[in-house]
Amino acid sequence: MLKFLRKNGPGYLFLVPWFIGFIALALGPILVSLYLAFTKYDIFSPPEWIGLENFEFMFLYDDRFLNSLQVTFTFVFLSVPGKLVFALIVAMVLDKGIRGIGFYRALFYLPSILGGSIAVAILWRQLFDYDGIVNAVLAKVGIQGPYWLNDPDYALYTLIILAMWQFGSPMLIFLAGLRSISPELYEAAEMDGTSKFKQFYAITIPLLAPVIFFNLVLQMIDAFKTFSSAFVISGGSGAPVDSLNFITLYLYNEAFTFFRMGYASALAWVLLVIIAIFTGIAFYSSRYWVYYENERD
Amino acid sequence: MTLTAEDHQAAAAAIRATRARRARRSAIIKHFFLASCTLIMIYPLIWLFMSSLKPDNQIFGDLSLWPSAFQWNNYPEGWNGLYISFGTFFKNSAFVTILAVIGNVVSCSFAAYAFARLEFKGRTILFALMMMTLMIPYHVVLIPQYLLFLQAGWVNTYLPLIVPKFLAADAFFVFLMIQFFRQLPRDLDEAAMIDGCSPFKIYWAIIIPLSLPALATAAIFTFIYTWEDFLGPLIYLTDIHDYTVPLALRSFLAQDSVSQYGQMFAISVLSILPIILFFVFFQKFIIRGIAMSGLK
Repeated sequence: MLKFLRKNGPGYLFLVPWFIGFIALALGPILVSLYLAFTKYDIFSPPEWIGLENFEFMFLYDDRFLNSLQVTFTFVFLSVPGKLVFALIVAMVLDKGIRGIGFYRALFYLPSILGGSIAVAILWRQLFDYDGIVNAVLAKVGIQGPYWLNDPDYALYTLIILAMWQFGSPMLIFLAGLRSISPELYEAAEMDGTSKFKQFYAITIPLLAPVIFFNLVLQMIDAFKTFSSAFVISGGSGAPVDSLNFITLYLYNEAFTFFRMGYASALAWVLLVIIAIFTGIAFYSSRYWVYYENERD
Repeated sequence: MTLTAEDHQAAAAAIRATRARRARRSAIIKHFFLASCTLIMIYPLIWLFMSSLKPDNQIFGDLSLWPSAFQWNNYPEGWNGLYISFGTFFKNSAFVTILAVIGNVVSCSFAAYAFARLEFKGRTILFALMMMTLMIPYHVVLIPQYLLFLQAGWVNTYLPLIVPKFLAADAFFVFLMIQFFRQLPRDLDEAAMIDGCSPFKIYWAIIIPLSLPALATAAIFTFIYTWEDFLGPLIYLTDIHDYTVPLALRSFLAQDSVSQYGQMFAISVLSILPIILFFVFFQKFIIRGIAMSGLK
């Protein structure tokens, strides 16, 4: 026993804070959340087991939920590819040795680091106000801008643009990836007279595939979890007409405005499963298009 | 006709000159492209700052950045724009953020040291469990955590925002540090061990001093995330005296039946100032941190 402790004791001792956190803040809550997802629970009276009713209601009758899925998916599928394409273009321009790269890199990254702040969400509301700066610019070229924030057809686009504005982090990761591609490959292609475009899809894309994949998964997970900007820009409710009612926002309001903790837990599990499925798809499909340089057969 | 050596040289020189001209032209095009992109990117932030100095009636529908009259007053007036001074909110935010940074660095480095350097039974399975928590979205544990803190009587205090940081709840930073600790040469530990150093001494005297870049990265990102955190304070803080800056800013927005936009922008600028300063001074760590791990 003493020997066991001498050998393992220090390890366990260093793990004590993490282990308490793991049980109390992760494992315990995951199990409780899973249980609550099958109950009706309003905090004031004990949870009541209702089996699959939450999920049945959600997918069969809850139009607000189905709408929130649509909003979330539209957001993810438009903002993530847009962001990655933009990040890759800028990274490629920066990569080809240019003076002042540090300066550009810093400025491109700045919006990403501020993007989560409430200040930026407030700023965005004013930029896209009917009398705001975006419409003023559009008016200059003769376009009558819409009521961005009050029109359910347009509100989501303000958030997609906000997300794309924060392309700094995937850009930095692309930049690190581009650095690791050997310049000799391009020199050889140049000598063979290969066009720039061909170089791009025959050298850059395949060799960068692992990095693209990494960025894709990371950005997708992040996009599914968007909350504070949607909260502030929609005034907390997902307005106009639920067009900004992201699944996270719906969950928040169900739990903390209406105290439907059981239903909100069920929503959280749906979100978890969606993220897991998409991460799974990305991993699975990566077999077909991701090429890791060090794996040779 | 035969080509002389001079002809060859002349031709080579001409080709070199064309290349140089092309390179210069493409550099100019690149700079032009990048500079315009940067301008578009940064324009909203510049607009935010300039608007914080404008009179309210000039903020909308006016493309010019330059204030018609500089309203420096927006700053002191915004500072006292809610019935509690923003000094209180900044103090609250600073309190939460500093404790969160300390908690995260200490607890995550503890866990990372155990996983990266110490031998013990069950290490593999505990490590796997930790990696699993990385993938669980916060929203899944949000409600049970709230119920737990409610039971403990911690709602309406800062404890739910601080205590988890001392329990290494951000598995991501544990992972980041493990990656770093693993790169340190093992001979150091072994030599110290032979000299009779305890694991705690090795942690404190060898691992920590050698890992300052990783600890700094964790500290900086914890600072930024906690300073900007909105969901946590939104759920746990209900008394306006306890509000952190983002919550207070949002109340400012919510009460804007009045149109004191200049003041609101002034406070917005102040609220992101600490982050911008951090960014300016610690850019190196931030950029390396992202390239290493995909931090946001």
